[in-house]
Amino acid sequence: MSVAAQSPARRALSTFFRHRLAVFGLVVVAVFVLAAILAPWISPADPLQTSWTAIRRPPSAQYWFGTDENGRDVLSRVLWGARASLMAGIIAVGGAVLIGVPIGLVAGLAGGWIDAIISRIADAMLAVPFLILAIALAAFLGPALENAMLAIAISASPVFVRLARGMAQDAASSDWAEAARAMGNPPWRIALRHVLPNIAPPLLVQATLSIAEAIIAEASLSFLGLGQQPPSPSWGSMLNSAQRFIESAPWLAIFPGLAIFLLVLALNLVGDGLRDALDPRSQKR
Amino acid sequence: MLKKTLLATVLALSAGVADAQNLRIGLREDPDILDPTLARTFVGRIVFSALCDKLFDINERLEIVPQLAESHRWEDNNRTLRLTIRPNLRFHDGEVLDAEAVRYSLNRHLTMQGSFRRAEINVIESIEVVDARTVLIKLREASAPFLSRLTDRAGMLVSPRAAEALGRNFGTRPVCAGPFRFTERVAQDRIVLDRFDGYWNAQNIHVNRVTFLPIPDSTVRLANLQSGALEMVQTIDPDDVPAVRRNNRLRVSMSDELGFQSIQFNVGNGARAQSPIGQDARVRQAFELSIDRAAINQVVYEGMFTPSAQPFPPASPFHLRDFRPEPRNIERARALLREAGVRTPLQVDLTVPNNPDLRQVGEVIQAMAREAGFDVRLNAMEFASSLQAATRGEFEAYLIAWSGRADPDGNIYTFLNSRAPNNDGRYSNPDVDRLLDAARLESDVAKRRDIYARIMEIAVRQDRARIYLWHRRNIVAHTARLTGFAPVADGLIRIQGMRLN
Amino acid sequence: MAGWLLRRIGQIIPTLLILSFGIFALQQLMPGDPALILAGEDRGDPVVLAQIRAELMLDRPMWEQYLHWLSRVLVGDFGFSWRIREPVGALILDKLPVTAQLATMSFIIGVVIGVPAGVMSAVWKDKPADWGINAIALFGISMPNFWLGIMMILLFSVQLGWLPPSGYVPLWEDPVQSLATTIMPAFVLGTGVASVLMRHTRAAMLGALTQDYVRTARAKGVAERTVIARHALRNALVPVVTLGTIEFGRLLAGAVLTEQIFSIPGFGKLVVDAVFNRDYPVVQGVVLATALIFVALSLLADILYMLINPRLRNA
Repeated sequence: MSVAAQSPARRALSTFFRHRLAVFGLVVVAVFVLAAILAPWISPADPLQTSWTAIRRPPSAQYWFGTDENGRDVLSRVLWGARASLMAGIIAVGGAVLIGVPIGLVAGLAGGWIDAIISRIADAMLAVPFLILAIALAAFLGPALENAMLAIAISASPVFVRLARGMAQDAASSDWAEAARAMGNPPWRIALRHVLPNIAPPLLVQATLSIAEAIIAEASLSFLGLGQQPPSPSWGSMLNSAQRFIESAPWLAIFPGLAIFLLVLALNLVGDGLRDALDPRSQKR
Repeated sequence: MLKKTLLATVLALSAGVADAQNLRIGLREDPDILDPTLARTFVGRIVFSALCDKLFDINERLEIVPQLAESHRWEDNNRTLRLTIRPNLRFHDGEVLDAEAVRYSLNRHLTMQGSFRRAEINVIESIEVVDARTVLIKLREASAPFLSRLTDRAGMLVSPRAAEALGRNFGTRPVCAGPFRFTERVAQDRIVLDRFDGYWNAQNIHVNRVTFLPIPDSTVRLANLQSGALEMVQTIDPDDVPAVRRNNRLRVSMSDELGFQSIQFNVGNGARAQSPIGQDARVRQAFELSIDRAAINQVVYEGMFTPSAQPFPPASPFHLRDFRPEPRNIERARALLREAGVRTPLQVDLTVPNNPDLRQVGEVIQAMAREAGFDVRLNAMEFASSLQAATRGEFEAYLIAWSGRADPDGNIYTFLNSRAPNNDGRYSNPDVDRLLDAARLESDVAKRRDIYARIMEIAVRQDRARIYLWHRRNIVAHTARLTGFAPVADGLIRIQGMRLN
Repeated sequence: MAGWLLRRIGQIIPTLLILSFGIFALQQLMPGDPALILAGEDRGDPVVLAQIRAELMLDRPMWEQYLHWLSRVLVGDFGFSWRIREPVGALILDKLPVTAQLATMSFIIGVVIGVPAGVMSAVWKDKPADWGINAIALFGISMPNFWLGIMMILLFSVQLGWLPPSGYVPLWEDPVQSLATTIMPAFVLGTGVASVLMRHTRAAMLGALTQDYVRTARAKGVAERTVIARHALRNALVPVVTLGTIEFGRLLAGAVLTEQIFSIPGFGKLVVDAVFNRDYPVVQGVVLATALIFVALSLLADILYMLINPRLRNA
C-alpha cells in the first residue's frame, strides 16, 4: 500500500509507532497505569501494614525499596501511590487544558475587549497564592483527592490560557490563516482546523511538564488536608515525609522521586511522538 | 598561588568568619511582635529572655528566684504581695526603673487593648507605690500561681517613656531592662540585640551581641551550626541528635519541657460530641489502652521524649510520681469496647496539625488502635483551621500540644475547668472544678500536689477527658566554644554566664 | 501603539480592584479566626479576643472592611502586619529587592542553560545528544527543590565549607557575600526554569525548522548556523516568551519552598507565613504587588510578541 493511499489518521499512527522512543514512553506509561490498577495484586506487601521492628530499613532482598518511617514497604507504597499521583497529575492537568485552551483561543482570536478581560483575569489568577485557594477549598469541599485535583486544575489553567492566546494570535496573523479567511471560512473553523494543530506542540510540552508539578502539588495539598489522606500513599506525600530523613534514609526520597521522573520522562516522550505525528511536515525530513 | 587566593576568597565567603563576641542563635520560626503585653509565641519568649528582664525568674529546679525584684513578702493572708525591687535599675533608654515603672508596666499588661497578659494577672485588685523601690500588689483572693506568672512575660517591665511614645507599636522598637538592648529587626531574617552597659547583672554577661536567625528547616539549622554560621540552635529534630553527638566540635543539651503532648476528646461541644467515643468513658479508655506511648516515642522521636500520663513534667515539684501511663492492653481494650456495646471497627476522627512528626504520630496511633477495633480517620489540618475547628467543636479527638508553664495551674486549669477557654471538648465535672479552684488557693506544695493527684484520678482515670502522651524535650545544640549554658525546663536560653571562647 | 499602551495601563486598575475584592472574599471563606490564631495558646480571654476583633475590624461586615482597606490603600497606606505590627508597605519594599535579585539570578541561569540546550537538542533531534539533554532537563523538573537544596547545602556548606548554608545579605551591603548567599537557591530555582524553557524551545524549534521559509533559506544556500539563528529561532520564540514571562513572574511571586530551605526573607515566605498566620493585610499587600508584576510581565510579553511578529502590530 502506498503512502498516498493512507488516511491521515493511519499515517499519523504509523509515524507514531515508527518513533521508537515514543513507543517506549507509551509502554512505560502503560506500565504505570497497570501498576496503579493492579496494585492490590502485584504489591509484595500491604502498603498500610506498619512494622515497628523494621523502621527505615535500607533496600534489601526482602524490602526491595526499603521501608519507611513506620516500617511500611516502600515498593508497595510506590505501586499504590501511582493511583493518587496518576490521577492528580493526569486528570488535574487534563482539566487545566480543557479549561485553559479554549479560553485562551477565544482571547487570542477575538482580540479587543474579550481578550483584555480574559487576559487580566488570567494575570490576576496567576497572582493568587495557590495556598489560599487550597485552604479555602479544603474547608469547603472537604478532604478528598478529587477536590485536590480541582484546586490543581484551577490554578494550573492560566498558564494554558496565556500559552494558547499567544500562539493563537501569532497563528491567526500568518499567511495561511489570512488565506483561509479570504476564502470565507468562519472563525471557529479557522480556529479548529488551522490554529489548533499549529499550537498543539507547545501545549503538549506544557501539559507533560505540568503533570510533574501537579504530582508535587498534590503532596502539599495532602499536608493541608486536601489531597490523599494518611496513611494512604501518594508519591508526593511520600516525598514530603522523606524530607525529615533526607540524610539518614535517602531511599525514602529516591524511589518516589524516581517514579515521578520516569513517568514525566515517558509522558514527554509520548508528547514528542505525538508532536511529530501531528505535524505533517516533519515526516519529510 | 592562584589556587591559594581562590581558596582564601572562598573561605572568606562562607559565613564561618565568626566574631568571638557575637552569639548567633538559630530559631525554629520568626517570632511575633516583641511587645511583652501583646506577644504570644514561644520563640518570642526566647528573644525576650535576652531583651526584657522580669520581676522573677525560675531556675533549673523550677524554683522562683528574684530577678528585677530583690525580695518579696506575702501579707494579709496571702492576698497582698509586698515587692521590693533592686536599687539603681535602669531601662535601655536610660530611664529609671522604679516602683512607679513597675506599677506602669503591670497596669499596661492589665488594661491595654488586646493584652494577652490580662488573663494571667487579672487576679490583681490594685497596685500601690509605697516608696521608690516598693510596691504593694493587692489580689482579689489568694493565688498560689500568681508569683509564677511574674516569671514570664507578665513580669516583664517596659520603659514607661518609650511605651507612651510608641503606643501599640512599642514592639517594633522595644525598650526593656534586660541584658541586651534592641538594635534592629528584619522580618523573617534576623533580630539583633546589643549588650546593655547599664544592666544590673552586667558582670555575668560575656557576649557583646546576640543575633537571632529564624531558620525553619531543622536540617538546614543544623547545617548552619556545623559550618560555623551559628553558635547555637534552639531546637533540632531528635533524628539529628546522633549527628551532633558524633561531631566533637558540637555539644547537645537536652531537658524535659514544661509542656505536654495530648489527645483531647470532644465530650460536650456540639453535635460531634454525640459519638460513642465522646459519650462513653469506656470507649476512651479502650482507645488509651490501645496506645503504646513508649513505642510511638521510639518510632517517631528516637525514644528521646518522656512518656507520661499527666500534665506535670518530671522536673516539676508537682509531678505525680505514682501516676504512670497504663501499659498497652489490647485484650482489655477489646473487652471494654464489647462492654460499651459499640460495633467494631468503630470509626474515630482524629484531627492532627500538619507538622510532619505529628502526622506520623497520627499514623502510628491509627495502626495501634486498629488492633483494638478502632478505625481511626486522620484529619490533617493546618494549624489555624484546626484551632477554629477545635473551638467550634468540629472534632472528635484532637492531637494537641501545650508549651507548658512553670506553675502547675497553667498546665491544667485551662484544659479541665468546665468553663475554661482551652477546654475545647467542654469536659465538665463539678468535683474537678471545685478541686481546681482549691488548688489555686493552696500554698503548701505537698497539699497542692495531693489535690492535683485527686483531679488526675477523676478527670483522667475515671472520666478519660484527655490522654496525656508524653513530655517533649528541648534539644539545644551549640558549638563546643560556647560554655556556661544551663538548660532550664522552660526551654529558654539564658545568656547570663555564657561565654564564647 | 501609544494608544494601545495607554489602554493596557488603564486596564491595570480594574484588574487590581477585582483581584483585591476577590482575595477579600476568599479570606472570608477561609476557616480560621485571625483573632484566635493571633492569640494562639493565649486564647484564654474572651474579653481580649473581642478587643482584638474590634481593633482589626473583624467584627464588621466584609464590605465595610473592604471599603476601609481600600480607602487607606488609595492614600498609600497598606495597613500593618497583625502579627508583628510592621507596616505592610515597608515589608513589601523590604522583601521585593531580595526576591527580585533571586528571581533575576535564577532566570538568567534558566535562560542561559535552557534556551541553548533546547536549540541544540532540536538541531540534533533523535541523536544521543538530544536524548541526554532531554533526560537531564526532565530530571531537573522531577527533582524536588528541597532535595536538591539540602544536598547542595550539605555538600558546599557543610562538607566543603565554600558557601554560607542559608540566610541573605543585601546586594548593596556586600555584593560578594550577597552573591554567595543567593547562588545556591538561584541554581536550585534556575534548573527548574531551564528545564521548562529547554522543552519549549526544543518543540518550537522543531516546528520552525520544517517551515517553508526555513527550507527556502536553506535552498538559497544560507549557512545552517544563520538559518537556525536568524530564521528558525526568531519564529520559535512565541511560546518561549510566554513561558519565560510566566516563569519569571512565578519567581518574582516567590519560591516558597526554596526560600524556606535557604531562609531567604523573600516574597514567597512572607505570603505563606501570612496565610498560615491569617495575617490578612500582608496577604492583601503581597497579592496586589504580585498581580502588578504579572500584569506588567504580560504587557512585556505582548510587546515582545510584536517585536517577533511585526504583523501583530496592526491587530
